[in-house]
Amino acid sequence: MAHQDVLTAHPIRARRRLPLDWLGIVPFAAFAFLFLILPTLNLVAGAFQDREGAFTLQNIVNLFTPSIMAAYWISIKVSLASALIGGFMGFVMAATVTIGGLPSWVRSPLMTFAGVASNFAGVPLAFAFLATLGRTGLLTAFLMNVFGFNLYSTGFNLLSFWGLTITYLFFQIPLMILIITPALDGLKKEWGEAAASLGASRLQYWRMVALPILWPALLGTIVLLFANAFGAVATAYALTGSSLNIVPIVLFTQIRGDVLQDPNLGYALAFGMIVITGVSNGIYIWLRARAERWLR
Amino acid sequence: MRTNRAVSWVLLALGCLYFVLPLIGMVEFSLRARRGVYSLDAYWVVLADPKFQSTFTYSVVVGLLTIVVGILIVVPTAYWVRLRLPGLRPYVEFVTLLPLVIPAIVVVFGYIRLYNTSSFLPLTGSATGTNILLVFGYVMLALPYMYRAVDTGLRTIDVRTLTEAAQILGAGWGTIIARIILPNVLLAVLSGAFLTFAIVIGEFTMAALLNRPAFGPYLQFIGANRAYEPAALAVIAFVITWACMAMIQIVSRFAPRTSSRSN
Repeated sequence: MAHQDVLTAHPIRARRRLPLDWLGIVPFAAFAFLFLILPTLNLVAGAFQDREGAFTLQNIVNLFTPSIMAAYWISIKVSLASALIGGFMGFVMAATVTIGGLPSWVRSPLMTFAGVASNFAGVPLAFAFLATLGRTGLLTAFLMNVFGFNLYSTGFNLLSFWGLTITYLFFQIPLMILIITPALDGLKKEWGEAAASLGASRLQYWRMVALPILWPALLGTIVLLFANAFGAVATAYALTGSSLNIVPIVLFTQIRGDVLQDPNLGYALAFGMIVITGVSNGIYIWLRARAERWLR
Repeated sequence: MRTNRAVSWVLLALGCLYFVLPLIGMVEFSLRARRGVYSLDAYWVVLADPKFQSTFTYSVVVGLLTIVVGILIVVPTAYWVRLRLPGLRPYVEFVTLLPLVIPAIVVVFGYIRLYNTSSFLPLTGSATGTNILLVFGYVMLALPYMYRAVDTGLRTIDVRTLTEAAQILGAGWGTIIARIILPNVLLAVLSGAFLTFAIVIGEFTMAALLNRPAFGPYLQFIGANRAYEPAALAVIAFVITWACMAMIQIVSRFAPRTSSRSN
């Protein structure tokens, strides 16, 4: 390639100079260090210090009190439920437009809408669900007036585990659709035809060909959805105030007014969140690398 | 195959029902402010509220500043990494993805602890300092999306040849980035910018914990104190999100379709 020759000829002068290329990323490195890495490390360090600044594991031990464990547990349950249900529903919807035989014009609006809905999180999302499934919401009133069915007499409450899970699905499902569609596109038609010509049923094709190829992508995305829900604050806070004690909300009230009455326990709480989202993202990256082998 | 397609339609319709119902509920609720009839009263109340105007303006300004600072940090970095430091690319990419791993509430907690009045950089000591901190926080939140958009844009142009051509004509680094690279990746930068705007405009956690008079905390405040106005605000927020995504679609339609060249 002539182009390459030009490139190798050029840097002779550059090689004699001091190697100053790294200077070009100093602004980025300074930004990332000051506003992302240092604040996080600072909190992690705080989690392992007592009030005088000496090293201690007591803060981590103190996390294992019933009230904080309950907060972590309900957070994990909501995140897991919304990730599994959202992952399943997102997968089904993505499958209908990729391999379900629907006309191609359906796909583009669905993807656009998924882009909108996955970004429609936070406080406004909580309002939308309060207006729909709240005590005077549209759907609640509709069920009452048309079917005489009182949703709230069943023990349902929007400000609860299921309420929060149903609300989170509004951004979890679209995220699943956006991430899993390329993986479904990677399923080659030939594989289905090859399986069929060897006499495989639809079920056998899915069990023995499609799912083994898809599972790293599927599982990886579900783990990502889990981390996504675990760190969310605004939707839950706007929906339930501080009545549902999930970890992000406990941390929010702690930052505002030191409700735990122990600043270092607050840092340990934040450290616990980093560990959980960090581990799940690590699993995601690992599974993603496995999934990509089939998507070339 | 026919039954297959019918099943697909039914499943897709059920899924869409889940998404459409809250949107209908939200719109319907926002129109209920006057007893017995549908009216736009809630919207007029909200739009006439001086606090709506001031917080919304504040968030728009912060959003625009976030975009400018984000471009200033991301474009030169992504360009330089592609041109001179390809070995660092995985590490830079990893750092740009960290904001998806570390929850925003944890990072802002770190800001409050690190940049308090007695620290080496007492940003939270003054209103201006806290505003600056909020902008940098938002740049951090948008970093994964911005970096990815710009890097994808850079892939479609031949960075090396353009740089050398500009150098032969006597251009310095500033000129190369501002007048050669930026215009070439402008469409990618714009789609990153619209996404940034959509994230920033209603953001709650950082603004609330840094005590800034932004749109997100105002939304939450109205939600806790009013009946129909929150639904009207949710409709407005949805329209803004939708408009940003529509702009990305429109912008990406103009993007060059050239395939990746040597990088």
